[in-house]
Amino acid sequence: MSDTQKQTAADVLASYDGRPLRIMEVCGTHTHEIFRLGIRKLLPPQVDLISGPGCPVCVTPVGFIDEAIWLAEHGVTVTTFGDLVRVPGTKGSLATARANGAHVQVVYSPIDAVAYAKEHPAEQVAFLSVGFETTVPAACLAAEQALQDGVSNFSLLTANKTMPNAYQALKGSADVFLYPGHVHAITGTALCEDLVQQGVSGVLAGFTAKELVTALAVAVRKGGEGEPFFVNAYPRVVKPEGTPAAVALIEKVMEPCDTEWRGLGVIPQSGLRLREAYATVDARKVHGIPHIEGRANPACRCGEVLRGDCKPSDCPVFGKGCTPLHPVGACMVSGEGACSAYYQYGGSLQ
Amino acid sequence: MSGQVTLAMGAGGKQTAELIDSVFAARFSSPLLTADDAAVLDRPAGRIAMSTDGFIVSPSFFPGGNIGKLSICGTVNDLSCMGARPRYLTCAFVIEEGYPLDDLRLIADAMAATAQEAGVALVAGDTKVAGRGQVDGVFITTTGVGEIVDGAAPAGAKAQPGDAIIVTGDVGRHGCTILLARDDFGIEADVTSDCAPLWSSVEAMLDVTRDVHVIRDATRGGVGTVLYEIASQSNVGISLNAADIPVDPTVGGVCRMLGLEPLYLACEGRLVVIAPKDVAPALVEALRGCPHSQGATIIGEVTAERPGWVVMNTEIGTQTLLPQPTGELLPRIC
Repeated sequence: MSDTQKQTAADVLASYDGRPLRIMEVCGTHTHEIFRLGIRKLLPPQVDLISGPGCPVCVTPVGFIDEAIWLAEHGVTVTTFGDLVRVPGTKGSLATARANGAHVQVVYSPIDAVAYAKEHPAEQVAFLSVGFETTVPAACLAAEQALQDGVSNFSLLTANKTMPNAYQALKGSADVFLYPGHVHAITGTALCEDLVQQGVSGVLAGFTAKELVTALAVAVRKGGEGEPFFVNAYPRVVKPEGTPAAVALIEKVMEPCDTEWRGLGVIPQSGLRLREAYATVDARKVHGIPHIEGRANPACRCGEVLRGDCKPSDCPVFGKGCTPLHPVGACMVSGEGACSAYYQYGGSLQ
Repeated sequence: MSGQVTLAMGAGGKQTAELIDSVFAARFSSPLLTADDAAVLDRPAGRIAMSTDGFIVSPSFFPGGNIGKLSICGTVNDLSCMGARPRYLTCAFVIEEGYPLDDLRLIADAMAATAQEAGVALVAGDTKVAGRGQVDGVFITTTGVGEIVDGAAPAGAKAQPGDAIIVTGDVGRHGCTILLARDDFGIEADVTSDCAPLWSSVEAMLDVTRDVHVIRDATRGGVGTVLYEIASQSNVGISLNAADIPVDPTVGGVCRMLGLEPLYLACEGRLVVIAPKDVAPALVEALRGCPHSQGATIIGEVTAERPGWVVMNTEIGTQTLLPQPTGELLPRIC
């Protein structure tokens, strides 16, 4: 796209004089990039951008962190993406568990966790499987690989989530959704088309400056017209059919279940758990984790931030008790979290 | 002598002498380096600058250098940043028992070559051997003395609104090189450390003008951390143009994959220079004529607005803050 056309997209945003619009970016990477690029400044005052629940770390409920800490405290080596280590549970985090002697190992992919288990046969190794349709296939591959290679000391603690029913739960929160490009690169666009029939509008967006500004220009122009619509503004990556091989793998290994989202509560059939055939790599079954009811810090308003009901700076602990170095809530931990992005990129500048 | 470093080589006896003779003496030979207890030196004219730095990088060999080269560059560059011509260096080694002597020779080779390039004399040294596991490979500490060029007095608190900000080459190379050399990520890419002695670059600038306000080498924490430090020390705002910040495409690609900001990756051969706007183009031209600063370019300016903050002018014409440094991305990079 040339500079002239990019200007045009920015002009569309700047000159919008239609009805007030609430646009929710569902994906955490979108949140981060929108802040990094200062995109809010291109929007007219009646267009509001809300950061949605698309950061896997942010929507992971406190109870899951408690389960992970329980494993760590019961001699299991917990392998995890780095972001989860500092997320507060009911009492402490995996970081505090590690400081108290638990084995917590940061890995960069679930496959690395399987490799770690192979190299450490004397340890029980659990991988914290969080994330959406984008990361689930890798976790499924890890489960498959562990079974195939007979790695009997490896298991997954799952808190994976899927988008379709989350959209249902979020329906009224925004006028237009900025759909997460990489989720739909896996699942395709049929769901977005279906949502139009239910009156839900959305634009599939990529991640570069040009892609984001273009997607927002489309959201504003079509959203202003008022009719439900769907536009794929990320066609170079998202194909209508998605990635069937990845979808098939997910279906083989996992099945839908009800699951809790931090801030949104339990959304029916919006989670994934391992199928019975994979019970030997299911950490909850292998290690008999008791049911744990997690309790979030009551001062933290992560839940409302995730629903778009308040801005990070409206939270009483934002920037005071809660900073990226000393997070109270999950949204401040992950680089994709709305609070962290708002804090780091200077909410006052946005 | 071939083979490995032994504890006996650190005991101060005959074997220590053999270690010094076979590894260090030939490489570091200089009339100033004697077998006596201390170097006896001529007093430099005018004021002197003095600096010391310890090096524990892992791995100790990496594309573009090794811990030896790094240990000379680090102290030479610290002196250079004060406008001081590096004159004398001392070095102290702590070597792990069992360390290959051939590797030690390569390290000493690199130190000798880098010291020669920087025009600095190695005048004293010390060697200790620690038991296996008590250190990791080899640790080096260098201490240097430099002669401050008349009229030069750069300092972190001297940035003024209206000054131009120059960086002497693409950013984040060293940090990216070490990250890839550790092979934790399974990413293969052709990146070489920028590790280099920078006195010639500083000298070229001081030949243009002595009125250079700030010179800093962007080591740990990278250019971003240095700019935040200057913003705070000088109580000024820093305004950067994202499109003007030089980043090697491969370094940029690795950073995007891992979610890292190149401005926060360490450099070992890059200076951040802040100088009055009217002399900045001449400084850039002078820098580009030096071997280790051919990529010098202006990346932004000092402002009176938002003191203490670094603001980015993004590729789409908006302004946003550069997130503040949050601590070490990687341990043991230098």
